[in-house]
Amino acid sequence: MFYREVGQYKTNYSADMSVMPLLQDRVGIGIILFIAVVIIPSFGNAFFIQAIMIPFLVFSLAAIGLNLLTGYTGLLSLGTGAFMGVGAYACYKLTTYFPGVNILIWIVASGFFSAAVGVVFGLPSLRIKGFYLAVATLAAQFFLSWCFIRQPWFYNYNASGAIEVPTRTLFGIPITGATASDTARYYVVLGVVVAMTWLASNLVHGRIGRMWMAVRDMDLAAELIGIRLLRTKLLAFAVSSFYCGVAGALLVFQWYGSAEPAVFDVNLSFFILFMVIIGGLGSLTGSYLGAALIFILPIVLRYIPPHLGIPIRPATVDHIQYMIIGALIVLFLIVEPNGLARLWQIGKQKLRVWPFPY
Amino acid sequence: MRLHRVLLGTAIAAATLLAVPLTASAADGIYVPLLSYRTGPFAGSGAPIVNGMSDYLNMLNERDGGIGGVKIIVEECETGYDTKKGLECYEQVKAKNPVVLNPYSTGITLPLIPKAAIDKIPILSMAYGLSASADGTTFPWIFNPPATYWDGASMFIRYAGGKEGGLERLKGKKIGLVYLDAPYGKEPIPLLEALAKDYGFELKLYPVPAAEMQNQSSQWLNIRRDRPDWIYLQGFGAMNPTAIKEAAKINYPMDHLIGNWWAGNDDDARPAGDGAKGYLSLDFNQVGTNYKVIQDILKYVVDKGKSQTPKDRVGENLYNRGVLNSIIIAEGIRNAQKVSGKKQITGEDMRRGLETLNINEARLKEIGADGFAAPMKVACDDHNGHNAAYMAKWDGTKWVKGSDWIEPLKSKVRPLIESAAKDYAGANAGWPKRTEPCDKSS
Amino acid sequence: MHLIYQIFVDPFVQMGSAPDLLVQTLWEGLVAGVLYSLIALGFVLIFKASGVFNFAQGIMVVFAALTLVGFYEHGVPAYLALALTIAVMFGLAFAVERLMLRPLVNQPDIILFMATFGLTYFLIGFGELVFGGDPKVMIASQLGLPKGAVEFKMAGGFVSLQKIDIAAAIIASVMVAALAVFFQKTRVGRALRAVADSHKAALSVGISLEYIWVIVWFAAGLVALATGIMWGARSEVSFALEIIALKALPVLILGGFTSIPGAIIGGVIIGVGEKIGEFYWGPLLGSGIETWLAYVIALVFLLFRPQGLFGERIIERI
Repeated sequence: MFYREVGQYKTNYSADMSVMPLLQDRVGIGIILFIAVVIIPSFGNAFFIQAIMIPFLVFSLAAIGLNLLTGYTGLLSLGTGAFMGVGAYACYKLTTYFPGVNILIWIVASGFFSAAVGVVFGLPSLRIKGFYLAVATLAAQFFLSWCFIRQPWFYNYNASGAIEVPTRTLFGIPITGATASDTARYYVVLGVVVAMTWLASNLVHGRIGRMWMAVRDMDLAAELIGIRLLRTKLLAFAVSSFYCGVAGALLVFQWYGSAEPAVFDVNLSFFILFMVIIGGLGSLTGSYLGAALIFILPIVLRYIPPHLGIPIRPATVDHIQYMIIGALIVLFLIVEPNGLARLWQIGKQKLRVWPFPY
Repeated sequence: MRLHRVLLGTAIAAATLLAVPLTASAADGIYVPLLSYRTGPFAGSGAPIVNGMSDYLNMLNERDGGIGGVKIIVEECETGYDTKKGLECYEQVKAKNPVVLNPYSTGITLPLIPKAAIDKIPILSMAYGLSASADGTTFPWIFNPPATYWDGASMFIRYAGGKEGGLERLKGKKIGLVYLDAPYGKEPIPLLEALAKDYGFELKLYPVPAAEMQNQSSQWLNIRRDRPDWIYLQGFGAMNPTAIKEAAKINYPMDHLIGNWWAGNDDDARPAGDGAKGYLSLDFNQVGTNYKVIQDILKYVVDKGKSQTPKDRVGENLYNRGVLNSIIIAEGIRNAQKVSGKKQITGEDMRRGLETLNINEARLKEIGADGFAAPMKVACDDHNGHNAAYMAKWDGTKWVKGSDWIEPLKSKVRPLIESAAKDYAGANAGWPKRTEPCDKSS
Repeated sequence: MHLIYQIFVDPFVQMGSAPDLLVQTLWEGLVAGVLYSLIALGFVLIFKASGVFNFAQGIMVVFAALTLVGFYEHGVPAYLALALTIAVMFGLAFAVERLMLRPLVNQPDIILFMATFGLTYFLIGFGELVFGGDPKVMIASQLGLPKGAVEFKMAGGFVSLQKIDIAAAIIASVMVAALAVFFQKTRVGRALRAVADSHKAALSVGISLEYIWVIVWFAAGLVALATGIMWGARSEVSFALEIIALKALPVLILGGFTSIPGAIIGGVIIGVGEKIGEFYWGPLLGSGIETWLAYVIALVFLLFRPQGLFGERIIERI
């Protein structure tokens, strides 16, 4: 009843081809943005912003990056953690060499370094396909992890091997380092993530996105109709690594505050891959939903027993949480193999014909 | 199929509705959170430590009704040695006004160091964490008694030198360092490099990547090729038993293999069985149940079923380490109550209490820990004390005393710590200068 | 110039000057390779028969080892504990087939791959809940596995072969031979290969998918148990073992995802290559190159022969 396009006439071609033709969709996005920008910082406590919202946004950005590569182009990649690490370390080196420049510029610039590395490790994708390509990206993951630990140039030769985030300001307000407030950091992360999601949305709805999807569906046929495979695949690697690099820089600079090489190991790659698969391959909404499920749900599960007053030991809660997450993953895949994004789509379709069943 | 989806939908909705984070529960008492790891690849080392820590504090609650009449609220937060979960635990416990923080992982301590001064919660990283934080002028909120990793490495060199007939006799010898390839493992390297220059020995490094902890044959093949005279093991968790087994396999003389204090778990030496006889590990607490504190813990906590520790694990090396950590916490709280005059202390009071820490022989006897550990004293500029440790020897089934108390080479260690602290403050622009006043310790 | 000497000449000089170390390195590589291939064998079995890449193989290894040691610690004699563990692995195979594989018939491979991730998480939580997180000592001697080493002098030095490693090599070869015979010669083996080609076709011919999957997951469980015993005897039984499962991937690439002899040969090549590379060329690059050397070897191999040594050729049609 509420979700119909009745009465919304388009009077020119560009309006007809817009990404969100329904007014209700645009209002929905507006409400979400309003909640994110106004409601959450005003009413959320420090734990919610610092330990739930900021990491959720960072992981969503990384999930978008991996989704562009695996979901839209069909190239399975297990090197996400390493590309995030490249972004983080690049940002660190840039800001220690040029401390005067605004940190936001360096966070975005570090994405380009990550993109360059991604292109190098994406070169095998021309010969290797499918699951074997995942192994090639694993080589990237382990090699880069090794670099971060064993090549002291990356962490400026300091004794502990870990990098610390220096305090940087924006318009006089500190946004990195220990003195930065939760709200300031939250706004920075939110701004970057919203801008980059908008960029990704335009990419996948345009010519480049269609090229990627053609390569995913059948790359031999795509080549026959004139899509240059080399450029398309390398572009996918580059853009995906750009997103992962920026996400990595945000992870270290806005969330952790410091980093050791173990942060960007293969477990992080698998973590982001889970988010993408559960959320839905080939869907930006799915990246957010997947990040919410894989990251926020365990935290929620961990706090239910104390909340309800059930006396269980924290270690036992941890074990049960793993079991529940594992079982939920399998359950989700049985119920909807195409991920949460498909469930969301089905929900919208049902909403369109509501209150009728079909 | 439809029922599936309806059920799933309600499950998700219920889970998201319950996503209301925990509000701070302000209970009456001194809140001491313990960041522990009973899961994950380092659980073997983590579980006995947290057992010892919580048992001692619970014993104080049971036997004395708390400290100064105020009960101690002990709560564990499971981190699995994962920095992500550690930061989340920190955010969660911050709201409940903890008086001190024990992260028990160098990886988690490092990001928390800058936050300690802002959030006014002192961090007690007993003999781990950042070695440079022994400099109290740069790090007023971080404490790491009784000894740093640099002290430990210097004690190892002093012991090796002693066995060779004098530190000068180390000239030309080969000293090997087998370490976990992580910030924790790399800690002793700057000191060992400095001592190598001073005493003329050759330092060989053998890193063990964390993913290869149980697959160390390459490193020990290298050791077989190089034949170092002495080996220092800076390992943790599953790395230690594998290292000791590999050393036994290549017939390396066990009495020349020395582990640091975190490589002295019973579970580290036991898998190698008789092959590990003679293995030495640095230790600053004694082993066994022959001390009044341990007996009290058995009486008031373990026997009454208020503990997670199996009875035969009480008195193990790492269990007693945890007890010692809690002794330091308790003494810090007592000092804080004395210095501030309040019973219900805050983080700032605890900082002053830890800074005036002075556990001397008499005090050790009073709390029933006579001989349990060496006396330790902390000062305003020296948050460590650089106290002595001894060598524990594995006799095939348990740890026994393997040497007398060994002092660290303070003259070598202290200048390095101060320069490292200066480097840290310099690398982090805007590091605050110390403004906290210095109390005179009693 | 010095760099070229270091890369191309010096390692061989070292090899020649200390032949006992060379032999020892080769042996260590062989042993490591055999152990990797045991893990890879479990992957191959399941992939061959159900097309699923079982990421949970690593945790199954840990789980099997923990179950065995857990039974023993509760007072069950060693061989009875072994029999009970085999029964538990059968039960696990049955449960996995019933609850996870049956609802996901004919889904794309990546979904099944993801489902095994879910299984991994579940088994990690369940294993830690039941057995605790403490590391345990494998009951090697109680199972009759030999202890000690065989040493022999050679060229000025000595080479020491651990008896348990020799036992591991023998057991692995026997397992590979038995499985190869099973797949080629028996009716059930043929049915397994049919299921690997196409689920739908196998169903239409009358092969019971459920029965086949339970058998193959049980076989993988047995391989996991053998792997767990061998690895556990070498170091200790803890959840850190699960990380080593990733090492099996380069082995699978080299040997082919569907070939059982390929798993052993690929394993040996990777193991030996890794150890020799780390020992002689490692110090040049900063040591610790073991973590990625295997993958780079596999990657180079992939560029020339995408299906591995013994795998089936991938034919793409439009």
